[in-house]
Amino acid sequence: MAEVINFTIDGQKLQAAPGTLVINAAKQAGISIPSFCYYDNLALQAACRMCLVEVEKTPKLQVACTLPVAEGMVVHTDTPQVHQARKSMVEFLLTNHPLDCPVCDKGGECELQDMAFRYGAGFSRFREAKIHVDEKQWSPVVYYDAPRCILCYRCVRICGEGLGVSALGIGNRGAMAEIVPNRGDHLECDECGACIDICPVGALTSGAYRYKTRPWEMEHVGTVCTHCSNGCKTTLGVRNGRIIRANNRDRSGVNGEFLCIKGRYGFDFYDHPDRLTTPLVRQGGELKPVSWAQALAVVAKRFTEIRARNGKFAVIGSNHTTNEENYQLQKFARQVLRTSNIDHHRTGDVATLLDALQGRASALASTADLVNAKAALVIDSDLAQEQPLLAFSLRFNWRINQGHVYAVTPGPVREDNYATTVRAEPGREFEQLQLLKDRLAAEPELVILFGAAIKGEDIRRLVAFGDSLGIPVKYVALVDYSNSRGASDMGLLPDLLPGYRPVSEAGLEPGLDYDQILAATDLNALWVVGANPLSRQPLASQDAFVVVQDLFLTETAQRADVVLPAFCAYEKNGTVTNVCGDVQKLTRGPKTMGPKPDLDIIALLAKEMREDLGPTKVADVFAEIRNRVHGYNLPLVVIESGGAAQAVPPNDRIQIQSRPEVVRSAGNTLYTSGTLGRYSPMLNSVLEAPGALYHDPHIAPFVAKGSVQVDTTEKYG
Amino acid sequence: MTFSPELEARFAKLLNSYPPGRQRSAVVPMLLYAQDEIGCVTQELVEEVAHRCGVTALQVDEVIGYYSMLHRKPLGKYHVQICTNIACQAVGAEDLWAHACKNLQLGNKEVSPDGLISLEEVECIGACAWAPAIQINYDFHHQVTPEKFDRLMQALADRTYSARPS
Repeated sequence: MAEVINFTIDGQKLQAAPGTLVINAAKQAGISIPSFCYYDNLALQAACRMCLVEVEKTPKLQVACTLPVAEGMVVHTDTPQVHQARKSMVEFLLTNHPLDCPVCDKGGECELQDMAFRYGAGFSRFREAKIHVDEKQWSPVVYYDAPRCILCYRCVRICGEGLGVSALGIGNRGAMAEIVPNRGDHLECDECGACIDICPVGALTSGAYRYKTRPWEMEHVGTVCTHCSNGCKTTLGVRNGRIIRANNRDRSGVNGEFLCIKGRYGFDFYDHPDRLTTPLVRQGGELKPVSWAQALAVVAKRFTEIRARNGKFAVIGSNHTTNEENYQLQKFARQVLRTSNIDHHRTGDVATLLDALQGRASALASTADLVNAKAALVIDSDLAQEQPLLAFSLRFNWRINQGHVYAVTPGPVREDNYATTVRAEPGREFEQLQLLKDRLAAEPELVILFGAAIKGEDIRRLVAFGDSLGIPVKYVALVDYSNSRGASDMGLLPDLLPGYRPVSEAGLEPGLDYDQILAATDLNALWVVGANPLSRQPLASQDAFVVVQDLFLTETAQRADVVLPAFCAYEKNGTVTNVCGDVQKLTRGPKTMGPKPDLDIIALLAKEMREDLGPTKVADVFAEIRNRVHGYNLPLVVIESGGAAQAVPPNDRIQIQSRPEVVRSAGNTLYTSGTLGRYSPMLNSVLEAPGALYHDPHIAPFVAKGSVQVDTTEKYG
Repeated sequence: MTFSPELEARFAKLLNSYPPGRQRSAVVPMLLYAQDEIGCVTQELVEEVAHRCGVTALQVDEVIGYYSMLHRKPLGKYHVQICTNIACQAVGAEDLWAHACKNLQLGNKEVSPDGLISLEEVECIGACAWAPAIQINYDFHHQVTPEKFDRLMQALADRTYSARPS
């Protein structure tokens, strides 16, 4: 077969690779062929018949979505016959479709509406009464209105093929056919809402969004999800300063159109009634609302006073705040408070991995690598629960790019369905890795993703194992939160400055780590920004002056002397770094009154203490980060235009004191997200919450196939 | 779920009849054979077939919803299926259907109180040359007049029915 096929569409002489479908070949040439059921990267369906085209020497119209181009083929997409066929198809699809566009959520962005507008007739030859079936609620997030459904199977395919959940199917047949959920009258699934977003009509609607607005009334703000570390781009639909919905239909960002339940529905914590809106200062044992000026004055006065008598400060930073905020926070701690006692909840041992790699080039996998790598190995992580985008990407890689996936985990994971998976008790992963070694070494390249159970010396062992394979290996140290990686990169660590430079360069000694800060009995002041360390253990320093910046009155905030209400990531501008080191831009969506961005709080506090922290605006701080932090001299055009640019790791050893004991995964599932998750009504309302790790989620009874023997299994192909 | 040894043997043969990874092809025959043994398709059966064929229970449900010969509720001992599709209709199938409903006091997909007979109006059963045709369980009966139908029903009631009546 020729390398290139020559054919003609609408008079344009075109070329494409063998196997290219006519619908795609036309799209590349700028010719739009309408379709409902055809969807990129999903199995071909040929159900809707909207894409009928005329092919010369073929007596009947052909479906462009399943027809590969052939040498000499002449296609016409714009003839009276084609128009007539499309008009008839729209008429047929509208047989039982209710004319409720004025109240339908999809109105304005409905593909059927667009098609009816473009090809439809003003009347229908179907005179029979329309079949009506009442709308059904399948879960707090998914509603189904059968009469609107055009049976394109997109939802069935994205759920089964894309997510590997297979929670949707088709029931009955003919005019009574409709989509059915896997548990009779309700869904038991990831509740990701992919089915709703992919629905070309208003058949599947979202519990969060339905009947709230019309699409054209919203502003669409592209930002980054603030929950897990995968850094999915999410487009917030904002109206009157409030978030109405989140999706990513423009397929921008590292995630394409993938989002999990947290990305699509977990934004609702931001206007929880318990959200703090005014600063609080402890007066007479109780936290009382005060003005920003008063609260900042109290903090500045106490900080100045404690510093004057060489008191002991400690700072705990956040996994959710932006790089700019983290950078300024560590600067404040080291420059103004003159302390090295700064840390954050480390959910993965990033620093040790970077040290073990010793600055070798391109040894850190980017998010895109997971989709394209020839092989990937997952160790100690239940990806579908903890790192939903990475799970989706690996599955996509296997499905579309024939990538091989291996997993070494303590319990059943969803990857069992298609990957070579091995069970290994915690601590015995390396024994299983040895058994897999020959298989892995036969791969042309490998990406290794490892959870928080692999830390400290184990990471060095893992890198040594990777080296022993003799193939190019890239790594991902899995972390849990939206800017966990950024917190580490920006030097929220007791022994490392931004860019993993030793603290000695700033003339400081390494300070206390997270656990030591909480256990120390002699702290004079503790400043906690966007973290809730006291939810696990009490603060040993009884008399410490505690300042907390947070969204809610958490366990830590309840212990505080001053509570400063902060913005969440959806309300901020700035940058965050995802689990793979991809830096992306946050854009402010809703306009919440009362709280302030952490960056402003830090700047105002510095000003109140008459200290110069340098730039105060997001763009200026990022410019300083680009100049001064190794690895962050990233192309501004990419970041500003909403793209992702991978931060480069430092190019030599890192002088880190190994503190593997402070590396702990938060153990979040698909339905939990630390403090933010607790305040999200939607995350808490789904039946599946709080989810379970390393546990067959009963999504598909056939999932649990038990441990697979390495030498006998060849599942892919 | 356990089946008779004969059915188990049949299932084993079925599952080996398809290339590796294509065991889902066995869903329809497995359901049909199991339905004959159990009397109807139970939820337990759905899950068992799903498990054996490596598909989800929902995918088996889809098949059951699609094919009219798979039944969720138990049928009568004799399942009487009257074709009213075009060829049979042209030679009196609708009269035959009305006659059957009246005489048996049963509607479509209903079972007699004693569980002996169930009645169903079906689409073409492929016996057009001998229309009007009916099917009792797996047996065809040709050129069925209301009188012939009554004789057949009487035979069922008298336990004298044979698949090949004179």
